[in-house]
Amino acid sequence: MTEIAIDRPESRRMGFFTDTTVCIGCKACEVACKQWNDLPADGAVFRKTSSYDHTGSLSASTWRHVRFVEQTEPVPLPDLPAYGGGNGGHGEVDLVAAAEAHGVPQMDRWLFMSDVCKHCTNAGCLDACPTGALIRTEFETVIVQPDVCNGCGYCVPSCPFGVINRDPYDGRAAKCTLCYDRLEDGLEPACAKSCPTDSILFGPYDELVETAKGRVLALHERGVTDAYLYGAGDEPGEQLAGELGAFFLLTAPPERFGLPAQAESPAQENGPVATAAGLAAAALGLAAAVGAFARAHRR
Amino acid sequence: MEAHPVGSRWAMKARERGAKIIHVDPHYSRTSAISDMHVPIRAGSDIAFLGGLIRHIIETESYFREYVVNYTNAATIVNADYQGPEELEGVFSGFDSGSGTYDRSSWMYEGGEVASAAGQREHSTQAFSDRTGAGMMTGNVRSDETLSDPRCIFQIMKRHYARYTPEMVERICGISEEQFLRVAETLIANSGRERTTMLAYAVGWTQHSSGVQMIRAGSIVQLLLGNIGRPGGGIMAMRGHASIQGSSDIPTLYEILPGYLPMPRANDDDLTLAGYVSGGGSQRGWWSHFDNYIVSLLKAWFGDAATPENGFGFPWLPKISGNHSHYPTMLRAFEGKLDGLLVMGQNPAVGSANAGLQRRALGAMKWLVVRDLAEVETANFWTEAPEDIGTEVFLMPAASHVEKEGHFTNTQRLLQWRDKAVDPPGDARSELHFTHHIAKRVMAHYEDSEDPKDWPLVNLHWPYSEHGSEQEPVVEEVLKEINGYDLETGELVPGFAQLKADGTTSSGCWIYSGCFADGVNQTRRRDPGDLDAPGGSVSPEWGWAWPANRRILYNRASADPDGKPWSERKKYVWWDEEREQWTGYDVPDFPVGKRPDYTAPDDAEGMDAISGDDPFIMMADGRAWLYSPSGLLDGPLPAHYEPYESPVPNHLYPKMGANPAAITWTHAANPIVPPGDDEYPIIASTFRLTEHHTAGPMSRNLPWLSELQPEMFVEIDPQLAAERGIEDGEWMTVVSPRAEIEARAKVTSRVQPLRMGDRVMHQVCMPWHWGAYTSSPQGVTGDAANDLIAISGDPNVSIQESKAFRCDVRAGRRDRATTERQAGTQDVESDHPPEEPKKLSQTDQADFR
Repeated sequence: MTEIAIDRPESRRMGFFTDTTVCIGCKACEVACKQWNDLPADGAVFRKTSSYDHTGSLSASTWRHVRFVEQTEPVPLPDLPAYGGGNGGHGEVDLVAAAEAHGVPQMDRWLFMSDVCKHCTNAGCLDACPTGALIRTEFETVIVQPDVCNGCGYCVPSCPFGVINRDPYDGRAAKCTLCYDRLEDGLEPACAKSCPTDSILFGPYDELVETAKGRVLALHERGVTDAYLYGAGDEPGEQLAGELGAFFLLTAPPERFGLPAQAESPAQENGPVATAAGLAAAALGLAAAVGAFARAHRR
Repeated sequence: MEAHPVGSRWAMKARERGAKIIHVDPHYSRTSAISDMHVPIRAGSDIAFLGGLIRHIIETESYFREYVVNYTNAATIVNADYQGPEELEGVFSGFDSGSGTYDRSSWMYEGGEVASAAGQREHSTQAFSDRTGAGMMTGNVRSDETLSDPRCIFQIMKRHYARYTPEMVERICGISEEQFLRVAETLIANSGRERTTMLAYAVGWTQHSSGVQMIRAGSIVQLLLGNIGRPGGGIMAMRGHASIQGSSDIPTLYEILPGYLPMPRANDDDLTLAGYVSGGGSQRGWWSHFDNYIVSLLKAWFGDAATPENGFGFPWLPKISGNHSHYPTMLRAFEGKLDGLLVMGQNPAVGSANAGLQRRALGAMKWLVVRDLAEVETANFWTEAPEDIGTEVFLMPAASHVEKEGHFTNTQRLLQWRDKAVDPPGDARSELHFTHHIAKRVMAHYEDSEDPKDWPLVNLHWPYSEHGSEQEPVVEEVLKEINGYDLETGELVPGFAQLKADGTTSSGCWIYSGCFADGVNQTRRRDPGDLDAPGGSVSPEWGWAWPANRRILYNRASADPDGKPWSERKKYVWWDEEREQWTGYDVPDFPVGKRPDYTAPDDAEGMDAISGDDPFIMMADGRAWLYSPSGLLDGPLPAHYEPYESPVPNHLYPKMGANPAAITWTHAANPIVPPGDDEYPIIASTFRLTEHHTAGPMSRNLPWLSELQPEMFVEIDPQLAAERGIEDGEWMTVVSPRAEIEARAKVTSRVQPLRMGDRVMHQVCMPWHWGAYTSSPQGVTGDAANDLIAISGDPNVSIQESKAFRCDVRAGRRDRATTERQAGTQDVESDHPPEEPKKLSQTDQADFR
C-alpha cells in the first residue's frame, strides 16, 4: 500500500461492504451520493437492454451506480393460440407437465448491485498519478484532490475496474471519496446512510471483513451456496488489487456485474519496469524541484 | 420494495430472520426479486385466487378453529331468505337487474336487523343517498358453535367457495395448481398459536371494480388463520404517499367527516342531530358513543355558537345528495357544469383515470386554483390549445414537507410530528397558511351577513394565532383542537373516553383525541425504548398511534377466550387475574376491567352488549365479520367477477362477467370495451417505480431522479414483442378506446404470457408517472398511462379499475394526439347525471351468456 498522506492519530482503515443479497435496487445510494457531493445529473438517456439501469456506469459524476442483472427465462408454454392472434406458446412444452417434471417453472433472478470505487490496497490510479493529486488518506481510502489534478488522465486506464473518469467539462479526474469530508466529521458516507436495507455497510475495514465472512457462512447455511466475497478474504496471491477497501458479497460470477475476475494495479503488475520508470521520474522531478527552489531563492 | 423502499427495510429484516416473503402480482417488480416466491396471477383475478385459499383452508380443516368460532361470526345463523351465487348463477339474493343494485335485507343474520334506533333504515338500493351501515346491526342472533348448521356462516362460506378449486384457480389466474398449493401450505404452516402471517398491500390492490371485496377476501383468509389483532399479523395497507392514512382520518373525502363519522345525507333522517345520531350510531359496541364524537366535533367547529338548542350547528352542515367523488365531479366539469376547482397537491391531468377527459374537463371550467411544488400538468394543460381554453388558472406555489411543520399519519396509524427544516422559497406557503388566510378573508366577507345559510361562516370558531413575518398559523394549536378540550376547565382532554355529547367538550377528530394529552405533543416523541425487552418492539413512546396510542387494533384477539396468550411466543395483551384487568405490551383494545368470562345479557346496550370474549368492539356483535350482513353494496361475501374489460369469460359464474353492481359513467368520451370484442386483446396493468412518485411533480422535475428513469416505457413479453415487431428500447404505441400513447418498449421475460385454459393471454405492464410537462430544463416528460384508462367505479368506494384494462400494442410512435379519438365528445350529453352513476346491468353482459 502506498504511504498515507495525512496524519491523524488513531484513524483506521475504513471501507464499504456491499451485500447484494439485501439490495432492493432502489438507487437511493446513487441519489444520496449526487446530492451530498453536488454532482450533476448525466442527462436523461433511456438505455436499451439495460433493465432498469439508465445511468450506465460509474463516471466522473456518478460515484455510486446500481447495476441490474436480469437472469430471467420465459416460462415454457404450450403451442396455443393467443388472444389477439398469433401463437402464444413457445414450443412443445406443456406448463403443467413442466411443473410436474421440474417443479414450478419460475423466473430465476433479478440481481441488483450497487457499484462504487474499490479504494484498492494497490490503487492503480494512485500509482499512475504523476501530480500527487491522488492520495491515500488517513482512512486508507483513495481520493483525488481536485485542486492538484491537472487532468492528464493517466489514472483512467490504470484503474482495473474502470471506476475513475475525467469530467467532460473541466477535464479533471473524479470518483468516490468515501465521503472524506463526512468521515473527517465522524459521519458515515451518504450512500451507506441512505441505504434502507443496510445493503451498504460502512465501518472499520477489519470489522467489515469479519462481518462479511460471517454473512457468507450464514448464507451458505441457508442454502445460498453461491454467495462469496469479492475483494476480501482471499489468500495472498489471489487478492484483487491487494484487497479492496470497498468489497462485495455476490451470488453470480463477477463478470455478470461488470467486474473483472482478476484485478491488479498496472504499476504493481509491471513492478520492475514501473519502479525504474518511477525512479527516473522522481529523479527528474527532484532535479526540477531543486532548480525551481534555487531560482525562487535567488529572487 | 418497488414502491415503498424505506418501509421495505423491515421486510428485509424480517426475511433475514427467517420470514418467507410471497409476492402476488401480475408484474415482476423489484419486490418479486427479493421475495421467496413470485405468484404472477392475471390482473384482476385476485378473488379467484383468494377464494381458492379460503376453500383450501376450509376443506383441509386448517383454519384456527378456536379463533374462528369465538372471534368471528362463523357460527352466526343467517336469514333463511339468503341465497348466494351458488343458487342464483352468480348474484346474491336481492339483486335488481334493472338498476344493478341489491336489496340487502336478505343478507342479515336471523333475528338481526341493520341497526337504526329509529327503525327507519331502509335497505337501500341507492348507495350514495344512504349510509351503508358498516358494522351495524341489532337484535339477538342465533349461532351454532359446532359450525354445522347449514345456515351458519361457516357452512355458507364452505358452499360459496366450494367451486374455487385449485384447478379453477389455475384456469382463471394463469398460475399452476402446484404454485397455488405451495402458497396455501406456506400460509397455513405459518399461522396458528405460535406463528402469524401478515398481509400487506398497496393501494393498487383497491383499483378494481371489485376492489373492496378483494381486500375483504384477504381479510377472510387472515381471520380464518387467526392473523388479526395479533403481533406479526394483520392487513397492512401501504399508503400511496405520506399521510394518506391521515387524509381519510381527517378526510379529504366527500362522504365522511373526521373520525369516520358519516357525512349527513340529504334526507329527512339527517335533518336534525337526533335523527343523524340515531341513524349513524349503534346501540351496541363502541359506536354507541357516536353522539359524543359528533357533538364534540361540532363544538370544535362552531365554538360557543354551538348549543343544544341549535343542534350544535348540525343542521347547517352540508348534506350530500349523490356521488360527489372525484370522477362525477370531473364529469360534471366536463359537461360545463362546474365553475371552478381548488386542486391542492393533486395532478388529475396525469394521475386520474381517463386523464385526457380530465384535462378537457379542466378546460371547461371558469377558474382553477392549483397549489403544488412546481407547475404541474393540471396547471399547464391549457397550453395544449390556448386559443380554445378559457379557464383562468391560478398557480399557488406550495411549501414542501421539509418547509413546514406538522404531522404525518401513515400506514400503521402512527402520527409522527416533523419540524420545519428550512423556510419555503419565495411565495411558497404551507397548506395551513393558505387555508387559514382564505378562511379569514371569507369570514370577513360574510361577517355582517344575516342570511341563515351563512350561519356556519359567521359562527365558525377560528381561534388560531399567527407567528412570523408571513403570519403562519401556529400548527400545534390545530393539533390541540383536534385532541380536544374540556370546555369547562379549558384543559386538553386526555382521550376520547372523556368526550361528551352535552357540549362541554370539543374535539376536531375523536380518534386522534389523546395526541396532545397532558399538554404534551405526543406525536413528537421519539423514544424507541428498550427494543430487546419483552414486547420492546412495540415502542409505545415513539410518536402516537390512534386510537389511544394502540399499536395493534383489536388486540384482545391476541389472547384466547379465557384471556391467556395464545402462546408465549405471540404474547401481546392478556388478562391479569390478580389485578383484574387487561394488560400487556400494548394499550389493550378492550374495556380494561371487563372480565374474559363476562357474558352480555340479551337486553344489553352499548359496550355492555360486548361479551368478555368479543374482541371486535367496533362491530355491534363484537365479532370479526367473515360474512358481512350489512355495510357492503355488492355482496356479503367476495365473489370472483371479471374486470370490466376482460377478454375472458367468468369461468366461476358463466352467466356473469364483471361485478354486476359495479358502476360506470357511460359517455362518448369514456367508452368501455364491450365483452367479446376482439380489437383490444391484451390485458394491461399499471404500476409504480421506485424512482418516481405518483403523477411526477416531485420526481420528474428533479434531474437526479429523472436520469434514473428518463422515459415512459411499457414492459412486454418477448413473444408478443416479436409478433408485433417491437424491439427493446424502441418506440411502441398502446391503444385503448380512450386514447393511444407512445412509450419505449422494455422487452423482458419479467412479463410472462399466461395460459388461460386452451388459449394464451399476453399482459403488458406500465408505470404511470409521466405527463406532458416539466418545469425543469433537466426534467422529463412522456405520455400518461392514465390516458388509456376508463373512468369506472367499485360500487362501495368509486375507485376506478386501473389495474386491469384492455388494450392493443403496435410498433412505432403514435401518429396523432393521445386523445384525438375522443374529439367532439365534449358536446355529447351523457345518458345519466354524473352524481347518479349507472350500474353495470346484466343486459350489458349478455355476450357472456
